[in-house]
Amino acid sequence: MNKKKLFRASKYGFLIIISFLSLFPLLWMFIAATNKSVDVLAGTLIPGKNLIENFKVLTVNTNLYRAMWNSFKYAAVTTLASLLISSLAGYGFEIYHDRGKDMLMKILLLSMMVPFAVIMVPLYMLFGDLGLLNTTAGFALPTVSTAFLIFLFRQSSRNFPHEVIEASRLDGLTEIGIFFKMFIPIMRSTYAAAAVITFMNAWNNYLWPLIIMQKDSAKTMPLLISNLTAGYTTDYGVLMLAVGISILPTLILFLALQKNFAEGVTGSAK
Amino acid sequence: MINSTIEKFKAYKRGFSINKKHKIIGWFFVIPGALLIFSFYFYPIVRAFLLSLQGGVGNNLRYAGLANYKRLFEDTLFKKSLFNVFVYLILQVPIMLTLALILAGILNDKTLKFRSFFRTAIFVPCATSLVSYAIIFRSMFALDGFVNTILINMNLLGEPINWLGGPWTARLLIVIGLTWRWTGYNMIFYLAGLQNIDPAIYEAAKIDGASAFDRLTKITIPMLKPIILLTTIMSTNGTLQIFDETKNLTNGGPANATISVSQYIYRLSFEYVPRFGYAAAVAFIVFIIVAILPFIQMKVGDER
Repeated sequence: MNKKKLFRASKYGFLIIISFLSLFPLLWMFIAATNKSVDVLAGTLIPGKNLIENFKVLTVNTNLYRAMWNSFKYAAVTTLASLLISSLAGYGFEIYHDRGKDMLMKILLLSMMVPFAVIMVPLYMLFGDLGLLNTTAGFALPTVSTAFLIFLFRQSSRNFPHEVIEASRLDGLTEIGIFFKMFIPIMRSTYAAAAVITFMNAWNNYLWPLIIMQKDSAKTMPLLISNLTAGYTTDYGVLMLAVGISILPTLILFLALQKNFAEGVTGSAK
Repeated sequence: MINSTIEKFKAYKRGFSINKKHKIIGWFFVIPGALLIFSFYFYPIVRAFLLSLQGGVGNNLRYAGLANYKRLFEDTLFKKSLFNVFVYLILQVPIMLTLALILAGILNDKTLKFRSFFRTAIFVPCATSLVSYAIIFRSMFALDGFVNTILINMNLLGEPINWLGGPWTARLLIVIGLTWRWTGYNMIFYLAGLQNIDPAIYEAAKIDGASAFDRLTKITIPMLKPIILLTTIMSTNGTLQIFDETKNLTNGGPANATISVSQYIYRLSFEYVPRFGYAAAVAFIVFIIVAILPFIQMKVGDER
């Protein structure tokens, strides 16, 4: 019995240590954001009074509002467009499946194996030719249609009852009408899951905007915070405030929709 | 009799034609998505391959045959970047996946107290962008940063460790960072997989006198094998492509000790005098490695 108790206690001990290690860097960042750089380096773990001062320095030295707005705009457009295009395709692949479409789906899945680093140079040249550098469309287009999302929606379309389709047809709904008026409302939770993942990926995307967003006015939050580390001396309070501001939206989204996020991440794996 | 047969035939024919019509309509649903994937994934691969056969600087490209590929064999920085990526892969992926599996095993116990708190806490790093966490870790492990300060204050350390200054401590930082960011992510996959295992199997094994270790190795791991394989492939794929961390945590340093292949391709294309053809050749080798490794893993996974 004692051995069992010890085992149980060590389990909790292990979980507490891992949870602490998982949370600590974020906690440290938020505390650092309220302190002067000197105090951050001195290892303080008490929230300071320098938050407003840090914010002032940040807004004077960087184009913070612009970067926030850009990140939001790019991520929102990407999310809306990719939800529409990918769910349309996933639905089509499942509901109207035949040999040709099954074959095409398999080919599209191969795109998941394509490393971004391999296609970034040709993509950059292509988008340069198309005049899409520094634009929202340029940001969004490569991720509007992904095999991952199409597959996710194809799998979830399996749970869409065929009776609903039959009944809607009898009621005179067109095929596209069934998709918009029946499928989308019924599959809300899949859409929520897909939206969280897509938005977070777009918000956090770094390499692609690093390449195509060359104008200062087109930069995103990840580019802004990455640039902050480029100087000779780093103001850690200001830096951590910028990092905190860039994390906050996705952190809130994550905590509010954690279940959807987990579903979306693992959904296509089932 | 004849009439009803004709009716049936008509109904059959109508049903068939509706079906056929639907299948054609279906193509309109899938074509936009398919076209985008062909334009932005498959077409660039073909173009990357053609580009890799061209030499020259900037936009002055001309056909050079396999010269770029020959040059790869003598390129020490290319070899170094490949070596680094495999160091991350071999050190980090097994540690992370084992840790994720253990955590999922513990958290799958429904009688555990504060279960959802632990799960959320371990999952939370997934909400941070790669750039953000790389910068947090870089700040914490700076020479005059938090980690050194605390270790010295606790008298565990006499002199500060120059984490970012030594090749192996810098690589270790990348490994620690990756493990911090992705363990919870993989744990979620295992938790989802564990929920699909019937608890009755464990009950039966307990009655038969199987120990906790036996249950882990004889039930849990075999049942989770497809998911373990999936997470291994995903992690391998992700690690081979690592960029954000090596750029923002160590910036490839010290002396290129942490540079990744993606970062090398980026430098060749956008930081040095652009050599798109040579960068494409490097990229194409990465493509081949990324395409082959999962097949090997699947083969090994099947044999076990």
